[in-house]
Amino acid sequence: MGQITLQGVQKSFGPVHIIKGADLDIADGSFVVFVGPSGCGKTTLLRLIAGLEDVTGGAILIDGRNVVDVPPAKRGLSMVFQSYALYPHMSVRGNIAFGLKMAGMAKDEINRKVEAAAATLNLTPYLDRKPRELSGGQRQRVAIGRAIVREPKAFLFDEPLSNLDAALRVQMRLEVTRLQKQLGTTAIYVTHDQVEAMTMADKIVVLNSGKIEQYGSPLELYEKPANLFVAGFIGSPKMNFVTGDLAKQQGAATIGVRPEHLKVERDGQGGWHGTVSVAEHLGSDTFLYVDAGPLGMLTARYIGELDLHPGDKVSLIPDPARIHRFDDSGKSIRA
Amino acid sequence: MARMVTTRRKVISTAAAWLVGFLIFFPILWMVLASFKTELEAFAIPPSFLFFHWTTENYVTVQERSDYFHHALNSIIIAGGSTLIAMLIAIPAAWSMAFSPTKRTKDILLWMLSTKMMPPVGVLVPIYLIFRTVGLLDTRTGLVFILCLGNLPIVIWMLFTYFKEIPKDILEAARMDGATIGRELIYVLTPMAVPGLASTMLLNLILAWNEAFWTLNLSTLEAAPLTVFIASYSSPEGLFWAKLSAASTLAIAPILVLGWFS
Ligand SMILES: Nc1ncnc2c1ncn2[C@@H]1O[C@H](COP(=O)(O)OP(=O)(O)OP(=O)(O)O)[C@@H](O)[C@H]1O
Ligand SMILES: [Mg+2]
Repeated sequence: MGQITLQGVQKSFGPVHIIKGADLDIADGSFVVFVGPSGCGKTTLLRLIAGLEDVTGGAILIDGRNVVDVPPAKRGLSMVFQSYALYPHMSVRGNIAFGLKMAGMAKDEINRKVEAAAATLNLTPYLDRKPRELSGGQRQRVAIGRAIVREPKAFLFDEPLSNLDAALRVQMRLEVTRLQKQLGTTAIYVTHDQVEAMTMADKIVVLNSGKIEQYGSPLELYEKPANLFVAGFIGSPKMNFVTGDLAKQQGAATIGVRPEHLKVERDGQGGWHGTVSVAEHLGSDTFLYVDAGPLGMLTARYIGELDLHPGDKVSLIPDPARIHRFDDSGKSIRA
Repeated sequence: MARMVTTRRKVISTAAAWLVGFLIFFPILWMVLASFKTELEAFAIPPSFLFFHWTTENYVTVQERSDYFHHALNSIIIAGGSTLIAMLIAIPAAWSMAFSPTKRTKDILLWMLSTKMMPPVGVLVPIYLIFRTVGLLDTRTGLVFILCLGNLPIVIWMLFTYFKEIPKDILEAARMDGATIGRELIYVLTPMAVPGLASTMLLNLILAWNEAFWTLNLSTLEAAPLTVFIASYSSPEGLFWAKLSAASTLAIAPILVLGWFS
């Protein structure tokens, strides 16, 4: 079991409020990703849950029990650090076994568990090596092995893949997801990589300067962003925002349309008119950056190749069903 | 790694290194040579470098007049004991300052170091009187105690800088893994700091071994280490260079050996 609930969790460092009251319900076995811009408090929130940092206010419940006064090891969680944080003087075996040894488990049972974990992670040939004799990806796997062997209630990951190259990152992303599903253990995963968030998460928490902006499934966030921040943060390229009269006509302060929901027509009649200022041809997609006069710069995404070049006149026709409307305070208006 | 070094540069820098090494080593060589001369040859001018009457007579006399092994044993006990105790106090102290610092930590570190700027002679009289009152004069315990206190600031300071280098993440990982503070110290921190601990220990050992102010002033015979043994050849019955050299050679031999082979 690994059901985690945050109730009004707050954290200040001195006079600075970093986490301003977070409420969250994480279901047992789910994979929850924290995303948000740099410095918004993702790591801090994760460390609060881990117990590496003390809360300033609020409660953290693990399986219904408030753990704010419980030391990290007793919370039954394990953490994978961005820097891996392997014990440099211990072999891979020693690293994975350390937690079990601290728990006072019998030697042969430790061996059995370590070897099982190593087998799942393809680490068996490296068990007697020191961390410095491993590649980045292997070190990362050792860090994960150290986390899974303790059979925790939940895994906490702090940007575990950010030190890996792009190809390895994709591979590890799949491995982590597969492993988590296979073990059925709750996971909280911090990243600022949108793609990681969208692909790995059952549910995403979008954080912005210490506040939870929205909590929902990846598609919920994509289709029904709660506010301007989430709308702008989720999706790449970013959603287009238009203010002024055009928005007023729709009964909103701001309207937003995603680049993929703008139909591009050469010299077209309807929609919004503009001039292509940059065209990016990726083969699979064409990204157009269009100067739409009073509406500002708009981005449009066309699936496939579109033979347009800077200076070409285009009209962009928004899909009426996909227009997001926001009020003065930036909150989403739902019809 | 793959920096190009011409052979000529290599030869020159090697030669220079040897020259500097020899210059530093020369006084020790001179002392060792002098210890095998007769008293007359020892201060003959011009000095003879290798062609003199080699004799071990000085060593025999020195051992007859004072018991080298007694002093050597004292030195070992005093240097070793004070180092050991200093490490036992300094490791937890440096740990807490490196890993759970408060606003005052920097001040405490500076204050500790500042005590080393005070000339020891300034507190000789009070310490002498205290030692006399509590009966610590000329005891090994007393010397272990005073040398340990004297070196503690440097030991803590050095360990602090070594501990500071250890990534906090690793200790947090150990905490997540269920290590108590004690076990974190034993299984994670100390092994990771071994190189630092070893060099700190060696330095402290050397400092304690060579310490001549407190040992000369607070011990006479019973607890007297090698420093006192050497000093006893430098003044009372005139100057005996050859014997002084023999005594000094004997005194530094253990620490030289230790330094070379560790
Ligand atoms: N120990 C600390 N003392 C004071 N301020 C801190 C401390 N730790 C974090 N902060 C501040 O808290 C804020 C949030 O930090 P945090 O590390 O949680 O950000 P993050 O969302 O993880 O960012 P990133 O994506 O860059 O890792 C930052 O402004 C940071 O300066
Ligand atoms: Mg972070």
